[in-house]
Amino acid sequence: MDAELKRAILLDHYDKPHNHGLYEDIRYKGLNTASDSCIDDLTVQCLFEGDIVKDVRFDGVGCTISTASTSIISDLIKGKKKEEALHIIEEYYKMIREEDYDEDLLEEANAFDTLSKQANRIKCGLIGVKAMEKLIRESLDEH
Amino acid sequence: MFDVMKIRQDFPMFKNNPGLIYFDSAATAFKPQPVIDAVTDFYTRHTVNTHVGDYDLSHYVSGLFEETRETLRRFLNARDAHEIVFTNGATSALNLAAYGWGAKHLKEGDVILLTEAEHASNVLPWFKVTEMTGAKVEYIPLENDGTLTVENFRKAMHEKVKLVSVASVTNVLGYVVPVKEIAKIAHEYGAVVVVDGAQSVPHVKIDVQDLDCDFLAFSAHKMCAPGGSGVLYGKKELLEDTDPLMVGGGSNARFDLCGNLKLKDVPWKFEAGTPNSEGVLGMKAAAEYLMDIGMEEIEEYTKELNAYFVEKMQQLDNVILYNPKATAGIVTFNVKGIFAQDTASYLNTQHIAVRSGNHCAKLLLNVIGTSETVRASLYFYNTKEEIDQFVEVIKGTTIEKCIGVIL
Repeated sequence: MDAELKRAILLDHYDKPHNHGLYEDIRYKGLNTASDSCIDDLTVQCLFEGDIVKDVRFDGVGCTISTASTSIISDLIKGKKKEEALHIIEEYYKMIREEDYDEDLLEEANAFDTLSKQANRIKCGLIGVKAMEKLIRESLDEH
Repeated sequence: MFDVMKIRQDFPMFKNNPGLIYFDSAATAFKPQPVIDAVTDFYTRHTVNTHVGDYDLSHYVSGLFEETRETLRRFLNARDAHEIVFTNGATSALNLAAYGWGAKHLKEGDVILLTEAEHASNVLPWFKVTEMTGAKVEYIPLENDGTLTVENFRKAMHEKVKLVSVASVTNVLGYVVPVKEIAKIAHEYGAVVVVDGAQSVPHVKIDVQDLDCDFLAFSAHKMCAPGGSGVLYGKKELLEDTDPLMVGGGSNARFDLCGNLKLKDVPWKFEAGTPNSEGVLGMKAAAEYLMDIGMEEIEEYTKELNAYFVEKMQQLDNVILYNPKATAGIVTFNVKGIFAQDTASYLNTQHIAVRSGNHCAKLLLNVIGTSETVRASLYFYNTKEEIDQFVEVIKGTTIEKCIGVIL
């Protein structure tokens, strides 16, 4: 992906993050991501209906990379089956690990295809996504 | 005569990292050659344990080890070299004061007085003490700009306060706290005064007798000594009434099968286990190095650099500066509209090392109204030229460039 296009995508998702703002709705499962290695403090929420990830929300304090990555991946997995959502997340991890991955599946998340070059920022690109993954896996365990 | 260019030649880090602007000395300081030599001498000439004494080498190393207390006594102007307890840093020194003195002497109803600007290491040990004793923590209110005034301290002080623990220079805002006045008032109430010197001892001439503090904790690695070296200074009579955090080899005089234990005298009763001898010997070299340059000179030069830095930063439209009145080399700011970590990450691509975050002072965000900041911290080896370069980079820092870091 072209650097200018990537920059535009990331800026857009940082300025106006999608699925932003939490809901006070007990049907939503939430997870806070405050970690020891990072100053980001994001909370991610998922609403599941059957095997579908019906909705994703997030809010909190985060840098450009954590905010944009959480926004982009929340868009990608919303409305998908849980297994599909986990597959998208796995492809995203592969990209970050510099392995072969399915570009078409990741759409705007391809903006992070060079994130792996900045070792000290990789965790920023994973913080919200890992929370989504955890919430989905927990919901699978419940069944 | 203070010659910074000559001083920089003592630090191999500059030669080995040409072009690096290191503004993170509040985290740890670079080491000058004499400190490195002291450590390598230990490893190459006299790698033996201290206080075993059956052979010449150990006798020699033990001598150097104990002489370090005398060097640190001079450095702090303590009364007695036995008031210097070696620790592995300010955190362990503060924990020793908290668990060793606080948990032993405080009881339900007693109050521990802190400020909201304290580093986690000067908050969390006291939280643990409150759990153990039923004492409680209260906070001295800060001014809106984060400074601590004697008036506010006086108002916060009362009969139930048995212990006051404050940083003499705060690690986020870098303000100098009037410790001497605080100690005087606290002592009128009979309270014990603990000073967190992590950010002051490296930069400011400290005289523990003049301050009249009861304990002073600091990390020596922030004053050019090796990692894992630090000190708890305590007045002798208080140290005698302080329990060790650990017991074991080297800290006991004798013990028997019935469980009777007689500890060694102060300070050795606190130093169970094989000590970090190379760290201690390096700390001796560091204190000597700083005293050779002169702590007054270092303090003066740091003030000058700090004032120059603040003046330059205040001229920038895109910067919010949180501590314009600081003097101890800490400049805390944000570039408007840019998250602190994004700024720091961009600065990294420009060969500038700073720290972003809440700097282990999570209570402070209530005071300055933001949780994340960029902290640029100076030491006596930094220059005005580096500040000029830094300010130029900050001037041109944009969100687009910050995102460009990963493109």
